Amino acid sequence: MMRERIIFDRAVVDFQTDQGPLRVVDDVSFTINEGEFVSIVGPSGCGKTTMMNMVAGFVRPTSGQVLLDGTPITGPGQDRGVIFQEYGVFPWLTVEQNILFGMKLQKSRVPQTERESLKDRYLQLMGLGDFAKAFPRTLSGGMRQRLAIARAYATRPDFLLMDEPFGALDSQTRSNMQNLLLDVLQREGKTVMLITHSVDEAIYLSSKIFVVTARPARIKEIIEVPFGYPRHEELHDDSRFVSLKARLRGLVMEEYEAQQRLSIKEV
Amino acid sequence: MPTPVQVALKFKELLFSGRLLLDMLMSTQRVFFGVICGIALAVPVGFLIGWYKDARTFLDPLINFFRALPPIALIPLVIVYFGIDEPAKIIILFYASFFAGVIVMYEGVAQISPIFIKVARTLGATEWEIFAKVIVPLTTPHILTALRVALGVAWATLVASELVAAQQGLGALIQSAGSFFQIDVIYVGIISIGAIALTMDLALRALTRRLIRWQERVESQ
Repeated sequence: MMRERIIFDRAVVDFQTDQGPLRVVDDVSFTINEGEFVSIVGPSGCGKTTMMNMVAGFVRPTSGQVLLDGTPITGPGQDRGVIFQEYGVFPWLTVEQNILFGMKLQKSRVPQTERESLKDRYLQLMGLGDFAKAFPRTLSGGMRQRLAIARAYATRPDFLLMDEPFGALDSQTRSNMQNLLLDVLQREGKTVMLITHSVDEAIYLSSKIFVVTARPARIKEIIEVPFGYPRHEELHDDSRFVSLKARLRGLVMEEYEAQQRLSIKEV
Repeated sequence: MPTPVQVALKFKELLFSGRLLLDMLMSTQRVFFGVICGIALAVPVGFLIGWYKDARTFLDPLINFFRALPPIALIPLVIVYFGIDEPAKIIILFYASFFAGVIVMYEGVAQISPIFIKVARTLGATEWEIFAKVIVPLTTPHILTALRVALGVAWATLVASELVAAQQGLGALIQSAGSFFQIDVIYVGIISIGAIALTMDLALRALTRRLIRWQERVESQ
């Protein structure tokens, strides 16, 4: 039996709006086990980011609870590294200062003596070695996201939470980043929660996929991905991959259309 | 009308008599203190308004009200409340600098992207660390811009501030020259103000480049 690490227990989130409360997440229950790579797939605007924000510690459930190793989450922490679509690399710090940022904070879990070597390790691992002293403005989008991942990894989190991390990248860079991520995870296992609307990305990366409904987000279906790790590009051509992708796309499209109707109603 | 050569000769004459240097010193000193005090207040107030929406709703109309008042119109009041000594002149410059600076500050602070704060939180930063390590570096460029704008406005207000019984200063020089119709002296005063303002601005720009090397700037071709 795998260790249960993140538990959603009948979690509900209502946002206060001018028209009264709006239910964004509705009665969601699921478990993420140690070492799993879970993708949450659903139409944009459905509330999947809110689900991640609960784990990250930015949003508290209106009712029900979200548990981390058995304890309700009350705020952000270094045990959970978060990667955002808009990178959020600090423009006023050089590449290496960005990586050191989290390690140098009061609550740092990395002892002083290990910081430099850890920084160098992630500079190399993310292919940023030649840019250590550069400011982020000189980096491409893909490199900025690699820097964001290096910075999140440097604080040694147990969990990696990613919200559409590769959404802003071109398809070639995106595919490179996916392989890099798989590679890094292969070396240093983490429990991962990935928010994406890319069906292909979800299957290629994860061990388990939660399909969520149009708003309010509920779990529509849980899919176990039948492939082990390590994975390589050829997996995309595997017939099981292709048919799983078709099935998953069908599920997501239904919800995408439901979400469209929802948005039209609001206008 | 004096020719440029006459103006240049006058400039030389006033410079060597020592009068012009004293005027420059007095005016620069007033502008300096006015701007320093104005920005010292504009930074925290601008920060407050930019950061807290509630403070903005309340203070924004108030600031726009006072900002619209021309400093010259306030001179009689300043004389009533502060007399005619040095503080009265500096207060007018302080007034002009503060309102110019506070707008720049709060527009700048309001534009700080929340993503950086969010990221810092996920990396484990405390509230104080977020302030010291994220907000301060992000605000520095706006403080420097506020300083530059305030300096410009303060020099522009100088002549008005020296209407308050000033014996020395470039504004006083221009005014007394005006009453005696010494056009060449007026030009000397105007050129001096422009030159000092320009020098200060160039110095500030150089400082800005040093302090915020990281900023993305659109370089002109």
